[in-house]
Amino acid sequence: MSLLDYFRSKKPATASIAKERLQIIVAHERGRRDQPDYLPQLQQELIAVIRKYVQIDDDMVQVQLDKNDSCSVLELNVTLPED
Amino acid sequence: MAKIIVVTSGKGGVGKTTTSASISTGLAKHGHKTVVIDFDVGLRNLDLIMNCERRVVYDFVNVIQGEATLKQALIKDKRVETLYILPASQTRDKDALSLEGVGKVLSELAETFDYIICDSPAGIEHGALMAMHFADEAIIVTNPEISSVRDSDRILGILQSKSQRAKDGQEPVREHLLLTRYNPERVVRGEMLSVGDVEEILAIPLLGVIPESQAVLTASNQGVPVILDDSSDAGQAYEDAVARLLGEKREHRFLDTQKKGFFKRMFRG
Ligand SMILES: Nc1ncnc2c1ncn2[C@@H]1O[C@H](COP(=O)(O)OP(=O)(O)OP(=O)(O)O)[C@@H](O)[C@H]1O
Ligand SMILES: [Mg+2]
Repeated sequence: MSLLDYFRSKKPATASIAKERLQIIVAHERGRRDQPDYLPQLQQELIAVIRKYVQIDDDMVQVQLDKNDSCSVLELNVTLPED
Repeated sequence: MAKIIVVTSGKGGVGKTTTSASISTGLAKHGHKTVVIDFDVGLRNLDLIMNCERRVVYDFVNVIQGEATLKQALIKDKRVETLYILPASQTRDKDALSLEGVGKVLSELAETFDYIICDSPAGIEHGALMAMHFADEAIIVTNPEISSVRDSDRILGILQSKSQRAKDGQEPVREHLLLTRYNPERVVRGEMLSVGDVEEILAIPLLGVIPESQAVLTASNQGVPVILDDSSDAGQAYEDAVARLLGEKREHRFLDTQKKGFFKRMFRG
């Protein structure tokens, strides 16, 4: 590589893209790790029930379990389509 | 009491066997009675790196199945006193490792050894789970590369939930990050994740940074753990990591580009 090439090769810093992507995926996977095994199944069945009444997409239902010292809270978030 | 240390990564080919060979050799050089076990049943590579491939008679699976005693299977290293190798079987598959069998062999070894180093196979399947199950400490070998970092995080999750320590509600497995195949020049150019990036994402204590080095291949060609090449950068970096493992505080080296690197690049045709 010549001197000229060295200064010319201003490629985008791909490492920072890698870092950003990693931070997102790792946070997502850690969140899922602490969740009970039955959650995906529960989510599917909830979606099926809601669909009897409203047309929704899979990603419009979020189910999450939050554990506190004294109790656990099952959080259910359903986004309804605008009509 | 013996300390069981697993060398693991999730992703394959990141430097687990290279690390197991050097860390075990280093601990033995410090005078600790050390055994290194090849958990990569079916493949067996550690014997080549340790230069004892022609002395293997019995293996780990033979011992588990009662076909040989530990004494018959252990190979004494010819260079370093107090270092022993327990090779993997080439003819069986990983399912030959039972939890009960592995546990029995480890507790027998624990009676006479100070350190038991477990060289894990890649993946998160049975073989890797067996290698980490009884660990007191874990060296997470990671390359500064996106899929290796993600796999390391998954392995950490498994250690925290499936190890014996986790199941017994004991103090958790002590985790160490070992970043290997590090290339400071590529980090400076923004092409490679930096030590700081990986530490920030995995959030576990840094045991060491091993540079990408010609010396590793040269050493493995000859069946010499690279830590014994004390003139090499990788050898010195492994020696630092061993000292830190033993509680010494040492500065991290080989993190910066050599100064001449810039001029070298400028004047290279
Ligand atoms: N610091 C380094 N610099 C250069 N090459 C390296 C370095 N560390 C490891 N290597 C090379 O990378 C390759 C894989 O190393 P190694 O066998 O130790 O990985 P592994 O994680 O045990 O692989 P597997 O998952 O297959 O068991 C080898 O060819 C080795 O020489
Ligand atoms: Mg290996």
